[in-house]
Amino acid sequence: MTDAALTPGATSGPRARFDSEAWVMRGGIAIAGIFLIVAVILPLYAMLSKSFEDKDGAFVGLTNYATYFDTPSLSYSISNSLTVSIVATVIVISLAFAYAYAITRTCMPFKGFFRLVALVPILAPSLLPGISFIYMFGKKGFMRDLLLGEPIYGFIGIVLGSSFWTFPHALLIMITALSLSDARLYEAAEALRASRLRTFFTVTLPGAKYGVISAIFVVFTLVITDFGVPKVIGGQYSVLATDIYKQVIGQQNFQMGAVVSVMLLIPAVLAFGVDRLVQRRQVALLSARAVPYEPKPARGRDIGALVFCTVMAGMLLLVLGVAAYASLVKFWPYNLELGLTHYNFEIMDGGGWGAWFNSMKLAALTALIGTTMIFTVAYLVEKGQGARFGRVVIQAMAMVPLAVPGMVLGLAYIFFFNNPSNPLNGIYATLAILVLSTVAHFYTVAHLTAVTALKQIDGEFESVSSSLKVPFWITFRRVTVPVCQPALFSMAVYLFMNAMTTVSAVVFLYSPDTNLASVAVMNMDDAGDIAPAAAMAMMIVYTNLTVVLIYGVVSRVVEKRTQAWRRR
Amino acid sequence: MSASAPYLRLQGVSKSFGSFTALQDIALDVNEGEFVCFLGPSGCGKTTLLRIIAGLEIQSAGQITQAEVDISNLPPSQRDFGIVFQSYALFPNLTVNKNVAYGLDNTGSAREATSNRVEELLALVGLPDQGDKYPAQLSGGQQQRVALARALAMSPGLLLLDEPLSALDAKVRGHLRHEIKSLQRRLGVTTIMVTHDQEEALTMADRIVVMDHGVVEQVGSPLEIYREPVSPFVANFIGTMNQLPCEVNGAGGVKLGALSLACQDHKIQSGAPAILAIRPEDVIPHGAGARSPGAPDVIESPGNAFDARIEDMEFLGSFFRAELSCEALGESHLLADFSINAVRRMGLETGKDLTVELPADRVRIFSSGAV
Ligand SMILES: Nc1ncnc2c1ncn2[C@@H]1O[C@H](COP(=O)(O)OP(=O)(O)OP(=O)(O)O)[C@@H](O)[C@H]1O
Ligand SMILES: [Mg+2]
Repeated sequence: MTDAALTPGATSGPRARFDSEAWVMRGGIAIAGIFLIVAVILPLYAMLSKSFEDKDGAFVGLTNYATYFDTPSLSYSISNSLTVSIVATVIVISLAFAYAYAITRTCMPFKGFFRLVALVPILAPSLLPGISFIYMFGKKGFMRDLLLGEPIYGFIGIVLGSSFWTFPHALLIMITALSLSDARLYEAAEALRASRLRTFFTVTLPGAKYGVISAIFVVFTLVITDFGVPKVIGGQYSVLATDIYKQVIGQQNFQMGAVVSVMLLIPAVLAFGVDRLVQRRQVALLSARAVPYEPKPARGRDIGALVFCTVMAGMLLLVLGVAAYASLVKFWPYNLELGLTHYNFEIMDGGGWGAWFNSMKLAALTALIGTTMIFTVAYLVEKGQGARFGRVVIQAMAMVPLAVPGMVLGLAYIFFFNNPSNPLNGIYATLAILVLSTVAHFYTVAHLTAVTALKQIDGEFESVSSSLKVPFWITFRRVTVPVCQPALFSMAVYLFMNAMTTVSAVVFLYSPDTNLASVAVMNMDDAGDIAPAAAMAMMIVYTNLTVVLIYGVVSRVVEKRTQAWRRR
Repeated sequence: MSASAPYLRLQGVSKSFGSFTALQDIALDVNEGEFVCFLGPSGCGKTTLLRIIAGLEIQSAGQITQAEVDISNLPPSQRDFGIVFQSYALFPNLTVNKNVAYGLDNTGSAREATSNRVEELLALVGLPDQGDKYPAQLSGGQQQRVALARALAMSPGLLLLDEPLSALDAKVRGHLRHEIKSLQRRLGVTTIMVTHDQEEALTMADRIVVMDHGVVEQVGSPLEIYREPVSPFVANFIGTMNQLPCEVNGAGGVKLGALSLACQDHKIQSGAPAILAIRPEDVIPHGAGARSPGAPDVIESPGNAFDARIEDMEFLGSFFRAELSCEALGESHLLADFSINAVRRMGLETGKDLTVELPADRVRIFSSGAV
């Protein structure tokens, strides 16, 4: 590593002589940079260059892209993907806004309950709603008449399934946006005798604007990049994410897979970029003196909110309940006797209980290694001294995974790691590559959690400890980590749950030895074993539920023990 | 160390952030045991200079010597200082004891020695028996003392304080000012404190370094800085100073409109435009017409005096501040502070005429290019 490159302007004038601490710091920053380059940048580069090559690896310019656009069965997926994404986004945003409004701005009872129920979809893989909807609206579905003869497979199914699993993501953002409001604005509106409706359009909506915009982009990106829902319930309705899978797994056409990946990468990157631009323009609407808004009872509104939330929560629970019930029923819809036969995964293809154990291993390792790694990198970036250029680059690289769809990342990993000339080729088809890809896949959100927590602690801890001749890593261990412990917990839980539920990246990377629960759900569903698929999906839900409960208990205990020094 | 060598010496220290020059060619000597204040308006580079002395920031040019060792390029961990930040930067998850012992723990000294030292330090800053509390359980002033104890724990040769009192309310601040100062005297530790509060600097410092826009404007004892400011900036920044445009009239005089006044010696060319500066409290009131010989109530006719009218008068607690006008001043006004006693004795009030004297040894002249 050349230090001149990392400290610009260091050529003239005095410069700090490096002590061992500075070397450790620089070493850490270098390792972090190399990690992100290997885990994110190089695979993406391999994927991009693959899209410009023919089967023998010769550069062919835009030929593959030309073929893509000349093949209607392929290029048609672009408009399909956009259509379902836009429709699902509109539905989810409207419903989530109303739901969040009911929770934050009305006096309806059971708010806590409704809030919890709405988060339930996060526990499940996106394959689960697809399976449930087949039970509800499929050929033998008990609610199929509601569709008036339309098939659930295809457009309707994808929109419904996507709406289910993206709902909590939109809701969380909206609740935050609507909670951040200043009561004084409402008092002013009231003093000016503005009507309810007028107040809504002049105070409520502008205040929540950035939250809504952010939620729109998040939902759109989640839907367009999702693989689970269209895989299970998409039928003949092809979208970009399933096309990548078909090209790579079905036809072994890696070049075309790379081209489709680029097609999927473009809207994801655009949505990401626009969202960043918009958020940057957000000014702090809330001054430090803002008075939190306390809703006052209004009978009609509160009853309306209660009815709406009850219906919504009922539907969310119904979708989950159907999967849970179907997994226990002997032979839907002919023999409704309950039993655990479908949980006997050993007699099915898909890896049996071993797949679930592998998923547990993957999730635990991702949570452990990911949290450690991501937090340490965030620390070096936020609190590091020197090597400014390196830290800026790492910060930028840490944002990239958010814009990269899982399918694209998975394929990129094949190209990069399955290359015999890559010294890291050895991790291909092992658990290690699954952990690496999952950490990379969910890197950004965890990174942002860590950065937010680090920004809240005093910037002079490092200066104080160097004045006391204590190296920074001791302060990191003795102070920074304990102070940031709530953020570390939530990062770990986030990584664990996502590692349990994800299909998209790992579907390209698992091997017969490292079968995963989520992939098993997909494979059993593919093979027509839909009840065992529901059972495995429920196992994922139960696992995540257990983890969330443990998290709740542990963080409450820790909070009690540390409340003496944590300011509230 | 030889008696003459300063403990800390800065030579030609400059710092730029990109194209912005935060510090320019700073030279400064600090003697052993001295209490020095960096005083200046916000953004003038005080903190930057303090951080450079600590090694937390690296100067773009210049040399720093501490105890006759060139420390210009040393990282903070190899320098000898303790520091207190404005935010205190106490470790919230460690008790007061552990905060103070933080540096000692790392030296591998015996546990008992450490705990004795911690006890001693907490007693020193007036916080015995608070060792088992967490910082969040202490008041702002107490936290400040803990930060001070922690900074002193390793017996540093140099104590650096960056606006240590600015987060506290006025009463606590006044009390702690006194305590820090007497603690510093007792320990004899060379101390540099950054502040933008002139009162703080005047009451605490042995010497004040007045800074503006990245340069040192003046270095001197509080009295020197107050009595003999070298520039209108310093004059204005510390206390209040009348500044009136005038014209130089020989070596020891100026012309203020039609008036000829005597003043301190200066080196400005005769006939050049200049600025006459005098503090409000140095203006002496006399009864109206005191200049006319034989007037009643006059023992000796004052020199350097002229007639003026009180345009406005404000009661400021222990004295009155009057705004005076007279022909020679044209549009500008002269501020003068009158004691309650004088006001009562002479019956001073708004609209009243009087004679004011500007004692020549209190009248300073600055060249107007210096504004
Ligand atoms: N890291 C930095 N990058 C760019 N500019 C900086 C940096 N640190 C300080 N500056 C600039 O240098 C100037 C001096 O800053 P400094 O913090 O030393 O001021 P100060 O005298 O301590 O002010 P205050 O009384 O407000 O604390 C300011 O204009 C500031 O904006
Ligand atoms: Mg400062």
